Amino acid sequence: MIMLKVTDLKVHYGGIEALKGISFDVRQGQIVTLIGANGAGKSTTLRAISGLVKPSEGSINFMGRDITSLNSQKIVAEGIALVPEGRRVFANLTVKENLKIGAYLRKDKDEIEEGIKDIYRRFPRLREREWQLAGTLSGGEQQMLAVGRAMMAKPKLLMMDEPSLGLAPLVVKDIFSIIRELKSEGITILLIEQNANAALRCADYGFVMETGRITMTGSGQELLANEDVKAAYLGSN
Amino acid sequence: MKKSTKNLINVALLALMFVAVYLLEQQFGRRSMLITVLKKGAIYALIAVSMNLLNGFTGLFSLGQAGFMLVGAYTYAVLTIPMAKRAAVYQYYNGGIIGFTVPTIVGILAAGALAALIAALIGMPVLRLKSDYLAIATLGFAEIIRAIIQWDTLGPITNGSNLLKTYPTFKSVVPVFAAATICIGIIVLLINSTYGRAFKAIRDDEIAAEAMGINLFHHKQMAFVISSFFAGIGGALLAMYQGSLQANAFKSSMTYEILLIVVIGGMGSISGSVIASFLFIAASEWWLRFLDTEMVLFGGTFKVPLLRSGFRMVVFSVVIMVIVLFFRRGIMGENELWDLVEKRTKKAKGGARR
Repeated sequence: MIMLKVTDLKVHYGGIEALKGISFDVRQGQIVTLIGANGAGKSTTLRAISGLVKPSEGSINFMGRDITSLNSQKIVAEGIALVPEGRRVFANLTVKENLKIGAYLRKDKDEIEEGIKDIYRRFPRLREREWQLAGTLSGGEQQMLAVGRAMMAKPKLLMMDEPSLGLAPLVVKDIFSIIRELKSEGITILLIEQNANAALRCADYGFVMETGRITMTGSGQELLANEDVKAAYLGSN
Repeated sequence: MKKSTKNLINVALLALMFVAVYLLEQQFGRRSMLITVLKKGAIYALIAVSMNLLNGFTGLFSLGQAGFMLVGAYTYAVLTIPMAKRAAVYQYYNGGIIGFTVPTIVGILAAGALAALIAALIGMPVLRLKSDYLAIATLGFAEIIRAIIQWDTLGPITNGSNLLKTYPTFKSVVPVFAAATICIGIIVLLINSTYGRAFKAIRDDEIAAEAMGINLFHHKQMAFVISSFFAGIGGALLAMYQGSLQANAFKSSMTYEILLIVVIGGMGSISGSVIASFLFIAASEWWLRFLDTEMVLFGGTFKVPLLRSGFRMVVFSVVIMVIVLFFRRGIMGENELWDLVEKRTKKAKGGARR
């Protein structure tokens, strides 16, 4: 089943056209990745889906509903959560407060407590640091917190913007195993990565973006084997 | 610690504070320096906390506090001057045009309400601005409000630039403490609620907060209106403290004084603001007073240099500069007094959590 359908999406920043009409689908239960160089429009795509920028043309359809013109609160309520680029945890709030903010739109108090326990089960490190200010966590822990915070919204679709950015290789490995685990629990994931190799390895489907357009599509394995992709994004080893 | 025991301890501590303040007043008398400082300190504590809600907790750098205090002070004074005294107060405006008087408590609440209403109107355009621009715009609005109140055409209501007086005031320090405690208590409850968490999230990272589904404008507006409400009440209390009222006193320097208290206490710490208010008022009104009077030592042979009227403010400025340069996080940083106590007890129990 198609969960998210983006059709001919265009976004302008002032006079600059950041997205020049892209279309792609995300199927339920899959990991879909957008890869591409800096400035290809990957982050803009996520920002447009989550309502942080308004598209100038095109449509975004989520679970059969048109969400193109909704604001970000409504989009979160629809079940799309974003793990923003650079983690962006609330540095002066404790780990627990960060998680509670993730559940901001939820009204079910008891279940929120359950949700926090669930996140702690998944990331025991966060439980240890429950009362610590998020700004004092290491990069990897902050990324865990950012993922946990987004999970607190009980999303149907989790969008992750460069989760491996600025993290040590070992930690990157952890992050990708978390992504696989989330998928095995039935969460649909839209993943943006510059680390194309790792992203394509865990993705069911991938899209290659270049200067505001989608230039190649295929399953993760297909793109990994593709000569052009190899040359441009994977390094010719 | 259980929540109910914690509440009990808090109530007991507050009761103890009231008893202590009452006894001090009995001991030293209502006109003593100590009681004066306590009165003004409590009022400034409320105003500083209201400003901290905006600047420290929501991250909105607003400099409109004096303007909202002015609105509150005037609303209170205008509404509560007894009918019999109106002719004398409004002598240049035929006794004014307001033909009724409200009870003190209604006047205080009206002061907060009108300040909040004006904040809601101002907030709509102004809160879309960021950081410095917001500060400039709110500062400007505060000046405009002052000018409007002094405007001669509004004289029948505001008495123009003449004094407002003979409105009801308080004699004892206890009601001031009660009002300030209730208002600060409400702000503390707000900050510890879901809304308060959202305010802090906006302060830390607007974009992430928006991505979590927090409506930025709605929450900023709410913080602005609530802050102004309590600034209005603080203004009314200040009017009561002063006994007479003139718009000219509510200059931007008053906002800076309060901002200073907030910074000295620690942006994002309620208890810091409260402690800093009392220290600030005590220092400026009392402890540094001796600097303003000439002092002659050793039987009239040695006159201490520099001590003369106005020198107090020089020393005071230096103290403040030292604080801002070397203790930038203020007295409390972002901690609260009660958190520190809790941490200590947790540590004593050997818990690794902090």
